[in-house]
Amino acid sequence: MTTATASGNGFRRIVRSIHIPPVYYILILVFLVGGLLDQIFADGQIFSNPAIMLNIVVRSVALGIVAVGQTLVIIGASIDLSVAYAISITAVMASYVMQGKDVNVPQAILVVFLIGAAIGLVNGLIITKLHVNPFICTLGTSLIISGIINGTFSNYTGSVPQNFQYFGYGTLGPIPVSILILLLIVLGGWFLLSRTKFGSHLYGVGGNSEVARLSGVRTDRVLIIAHIICSMTAVLAGLFLVSQMGSGAPWVGPNGVYDLNSIATTVIGGTALSGGKGGIWGTLGGVLIFGVLDTVFNQLGVSPYLKTLLQGAIIIVAVASYTLRSKKEVA
Amino acid sequence: MTTSTLTPQTGSSNILGSIWAWIKKVPPVYPVFLIIFITLGIINHSKYQSMPGIMAFLRTAAPMAVIAIGEMMVLALGGFDLSVGAIITFVVLVSSKLLANDPANAFPDIMIVLGFGVIIGLVNGLVVSYLKVPSFIATLGMMMLVRGGALGYVGGAPQGYLTDNWTAFGRSYIEKVPLFGRVPYALIVLIVFTIIAYFLFHRTHYGKQVLAIGDNVRASQLSGVRVKLVRVITFIICSVFAIIGGIMIGGVGGVNMTVGTGVEMQAIAACVVGGILLGGGKGNVFNAIFGAFTLQAIIDLLNLMGLPKPYTDAVQGLLIISAVAYAGITSMRKR
Repeated sequence: MTTATASGNGFRRIVRSIHIPPVYYILILVFLVGGLLDQIFADGQIFSNPAIMLNIVVRSVALGIVAVGQTLVIIGASIDLSVAYAISITAVMASYVMQGKDVNVPQAILVVFLIGAAIGLVNGLIITKLHVNPFICTLGTSLIISGIINGTFSNYTGSVPQNFQYFGYGTLGPIPVSILILLLIVLGGWFLLSRTKFGSHLYGVGGNSEVARLSGVRTDRVLIIAHIICSMTAVLAGLFLVSQMGSGAPWVGPNGVYDLNSIATTVIGGTALSGGKGGIWGTLGGVLIFGVLDTVFNQLGVSPYLKTLLQGAIIIVAVASYTLRSKKEVA
Repeated sequence: MTTSTLTPQTGSSNILGSIWAWIKKVPPVYPVFLIIFITLGIINHSKYQSMPGIMAFLRTAAPMAVIAIGEMMVLALGGFDLSVGAIITFVVLVSSKLLANDPANAFPDIMIVLGFGVIIGLVNGLVVSYLKVPSFIATLGMMMLVRGGALGYVGGAPQGYLTDNWTAFGRSYIEKVPLFGRVPYALIVLIVFTIIAYFLFHRTHYGKQVLAIGDNVRASQLSGVRVKLVRVITFIICSVFAIIGGIMIGGVGGVNMTVGTGVEMQAIAACVVGGILLGGGKGNVFNAIFGAFTLQAIIDLLNLMGLPKPYTDAVQGLLIISAVAYAGITSMRKR
């Protein structure tokens, strides 16, 4: 900022003031390389067919919604491994309560959001009041939730009514509703982090909890709220998935590896696992990279195993591209 | 720490006091394991209080104990290794193809998978040390790489079965051993690797350096510890121990596609139950082993009580949280 000279640098100053997270350069690179490969080895739909572009985003909706919540907790130097099973319990409970009837929709939504809030509250309380490492705490709660739903519900319990599927498949003009919802959640996350007191407190807690506490931040409360929001986003993702599937099953969450994938996309987006640094827009970039990869692999007809392998390699390379120059030793 | 320096007044209470101080130093995992194991014995006397039953229990618990030792070293360093589960999938699936149903291939196969273990650990260590990728993400990526590679290599389905001499490490017993009756190979493997790990971790500079790095990277770096080298070695040890554990798990469970899924979390849970805190700076080979034993004993206990598998998971989750909460509360009180 200070280096910019006054004359004729107005444009450059504006460009500099927009901080584009570096993940978007990787996103563009992945998109171009994928599109080129598609052009050479397949039918070249990625560059020519706008429906595919939309599809990339639609594929990313569920992961994107959870990743917003995950970003919040990771900025607070915590982590949430229970999101996958929070998604599962939402999918199962929603379709169980709805039983295919429109009248049951409001109460089903109320029930799942209450469950989500309870999961987040329990996670937050255990982490802040009992001083349990967040990794272990949420691993434990995810085991507990998985036990409860696998023990109580069989595969495909109940169903969601036709109208509820609007959430998953409906469109508003040319744009799918699901994309609008993802955008809304991302904007909400951005607003929370950069325009509210809660957001700045969360960065403070993640950066240095003790300093934040001594400067009057109620660190425990901030972290508990972050965990509740994170579980709520998982609930929303679960509702989205169940509206697409038509019926809930206990394997929805773990099958999509939403726990580890949401953490991976958050970190690819530039949020530090050690907390205090990062943002929602980076995470969105990370999520879109996953969406682009998915689409490219599908177009090229890559085997699912090679897909997993390449995804793993890309996670490492993407994160390494920022961490490479850091002087600090990591663990 | 402070309790041992408090010297009681009279002679008799001095002895009692020192015994009490000694008891207090015993990590809680040992009495907990003992209580659970005795309870098992009360419920099913013939199985858990007879030599063959105890040996059978050790056979089931040994693989996770070996894996937990490796994971413990990485945890002591302050890192994570999430790739161990995928390594087990890799060992079982790749071996099912490499063995080609011929017992003569067992030795070369084991050498090959061990070689891959070294490479996986080396890459993990190099990525964390030189590319500065946090180990959580580096090993998460490695988990996907290894799982994808293994499944791709076998084409998504097991290729053949595991030969008897290969599965012996996890499944078979040495018969007619005096005093013990029959001793599982798995127990011998566990003892051998426990001794190796004990010497590495508790009797060499290397072990001290691991703990120093886990405690404070910067300080250990300034005092001349070769942080990168130690870290790479630790990741290699963890991967190799996971390969050994994978051979034992394959021996007990045979070939299936879901083998290895979630093992990384179980190994971390075993360490945590054994009192090893995440974040580094603390570690003990025997605590990790008994953490794994305790988890297995709990699973056995819940099975005996007729609880279905899903609820066993739930109770495990509850226990993991309580173990760490207990450790956290007691360490806070000491402060």
